[in-house]
Amino acid sequence: MHALLDHRLVFVTGKGGVGKTTVASAFALFASLRGKRVLICEVDAKGDVADFYEAPATGFNEKEILPGLFAMTMDTEASLREYLKLQLRIPVVGRIGPLAKAFDFVATAAPGVREILTVGKLCYEVRERNYDLVVVDAPASGHIIGQLAAPQAINNLVKVGLIRSQTDWMLEILSDPSQTGLVAVCTPEEMPVNETIELAVRVREETTVEFSAVVVNRVLPELFGRQEEEVFDALTTVGPLAQLNGLVGGDTGPVLDAARLAVTMRRTRSTHLDHLRQSIDEAIPMLYLPYLFTRSHGLRTTRQVAASLGEELGY
Amino acid sequence: MATARTAASGRSDQGRGGNPPGERAQAPAGRRGTIDGLLATKEIVVACGPGGVGKTTTAAAAAVLAAVRHGSKVLVLTVDPAKRLADALGLDGIGNAEHRVPDEAFRAAGLKPRGQLWAAMLDTRESWDALIRRQAPDEQTRDEILANPLYQNISGRFVQSHDYIAMERLYEIHSESDYDLIVVDTPPTRNALDFLDAPERMADFFSSRLLRWLIVPYRSRLVNVATKPFYQVADRILGTEFLADISEFFVLFQSMYDGFVERSESVGRLLSDRRTTFIVISTLEAVPLREAEFFAEQLNARKLHLGAIVLNKVLPDYLRDSDGAAVAESMRERADDLADQMAPNLAALDPVLGDSDQIARVLTEVAGSFLNFQVVALREMEERSMLSVTPDVLATVPFFDTDIYDLAGLVRLGEQIWD
Repeated sequence: MHALLDHRLVFVTGKGGVGKTTVASAFALFASLRGKRVLICEVDAKGDVADFYEAPATGFNEKEILPGLFAMTMDTEASLREYLKLQLRIPVVGRIGPLAKAFDFVATAAPGVREILTVGKLCYEVRERNYDLVVVDAPASGHIIGQLAAPQAINNLVKVGLIRSQTDWMLEILSDPSQTGLVAVCTPEEMPVNETIELAVRVREETTVEFSAVVVNRVLPELFGRQEEEVFDALTTVGPLAQLNGLVGGDTGPVLDAARLAVTMRRTRSTHLDHLRQSIDEAIPMLYLPYLFTRSHGLRTTRQVAASLGEELGY
Repeated sequence: MATARTAASGRSDQGRGGNPPGERAQAPAGRRGTIDGLLATKEIVVACGPGGVGKTTTAAAAAVLAAVRHGSKVLVLTVDPAKRLADALGLDGIGNAEHRVPDEAFRAAGLKPRGQLWAAMLDTRESWDALIRRQAPDEQTRDEILANPLYQNISGRFVQSHDYIAMERLYEIHSESDYDLIVVDTPPTRNALDFLDAPERMADFFSSRLLRWLIVPYRSRLVNVATKPFYQVADRILGTEFLADISEFFVLFQSMYDGFVERSESVGRLLSDRRTTFIVISTLEAVPLREAEFFAEQLNARKLHLGAIVLNKVLPDYLRDSDGAAVAESMRERADDLADQMAPNLAALDPVLGDSDQIARVLTEVAGSFLNFQVVALREMEERSMLSVTPDVLATVPFFDTDIYDLAGLVRLGEQIWD
């Protein structure tokens, strides 16, 4: 399990709304607290990552937002400019305008070009050893496959040219399970679970990237053991309920209803979790993060999640 | 909102059927300002919003209820339903085709629909192929495009192609079939707005000057001074052969250019038509809600009709009860004392229940759980009160403790939104 932290490039994905960015931010924070030099890169460019660290908005140029933790937002045009400058030694400073337009067009026309500039930039940071670990707040599970498969797709489509020669070393990094891994985040609900199971299959069949772990987010606490649940059931029957109300001097109905709701929610969710565990290769670890009953999101929550994640990773 | 409507109705002169030009479509008296009213008067309801908020289920529930309650022919066009939901709608293995949900299925759920419910799934690939078949000028072009490796890549992987084709399919169905109401679920996008821009972007794409740059040398092998630097860079990055592949692809596509642009414009018009309304769906979690809010603002800015905001999975009201909090705190503090006093009575029901330590643990857990959920419930309410957009309809759907995956469940959910 500890192996996840020894990777150099970790993609974090998941269905929308499951807490993908929370987990990516927390994982990056945890790694940096363990003394690693970490880059977290947001690919979706919603600006959420900065929120999770309560830091100012990030851009393409990485910025140290906490000790040892750098953040950046992917921008394919900026990535192209950097690529042209570093790889092709084409001086484009000042002429990026028309070129960007041309690029935009070619990127739309030739699928994979945009994706490869994203993946290329990430792999570049790994190859240059600028960081110990690059964490990617990757596109949602619906889009991640296209991104991870891009180098291979380009390899198949483009027979010659510089892009072609560039894909080889990227594929090498992406395909090396000791360097690169993918983490799928889900919640114990039907759709996220199904999407995770589907994703595991597609990652295996359509990409060369290792499926490293599933993070199950927002797991509700188990209120009772079986015997305790019988006590709870008895408490809600007419006689004991009346006694309890009398002793407390108020209506305990809402409080007991809330517990009933919590128990039912947990039960429905554990069916989905069982389904998930049975459908995912046993060798793939599942990490569980508790549901947080907090007022709001921010650095405090990110720290809490980082601590839980650390525990689950065995630290 | 008034502005959005006026602007939209101004454009509806070309509309077929429906209300005469200039007259605003309105819900019947007494139904105004409800989702019921929207479903009874609009022809297209687009369900949109961030991922993971129950968009697909909500769209399905609205369609099922419209079919049950109104005597209309309703189609629900879904993108990626959960398997059990797909089964409930009879969509399993159906693919792109529209098909009717049989009355037996309703009867089995104890329902007697007044109208008809049809369902279809959106298969991106199949829809693209159908579009090419329709738009291609001749059989040879059609076959060449369908066989082109770049086309296969575009229709399968090109991210925005999902957004475009969803709207395109909607247009197709709306203009060629006789549904009274089409409820459409939108694909999960990186950005909730992508699908709104998709038709325009597609038109831009095909009318791009750069497209001509790419096609010219392929046709005439004549490279002019202006485009030369572009080719030099493109050649080095992509390789000549690949560039030629791209060119070939676009030469083929060029033959469909007029059709495509016209079509994209029609799709755009349909979205801003007053017969179309948008329902933004969210939960009261901060991140999705902000996204939904942004989306609603954008709808207004684009003069598209924001019909309603539906807030899903909202925790029950009793969790915010302040008396409840006092009771829970008291239960937690006095757990041992309460347990001692209750133990004999519980033991009388069953001796195994009379362990007062165990009772105290249960009381502590129960009280703690209430207080925990209250934090979340209060946060949700705070989020709701801070909502910056005020749609005509703001519906709140309580949290269902079980998954919804059958017609009866969809009706139950629909009733929550409906009334």
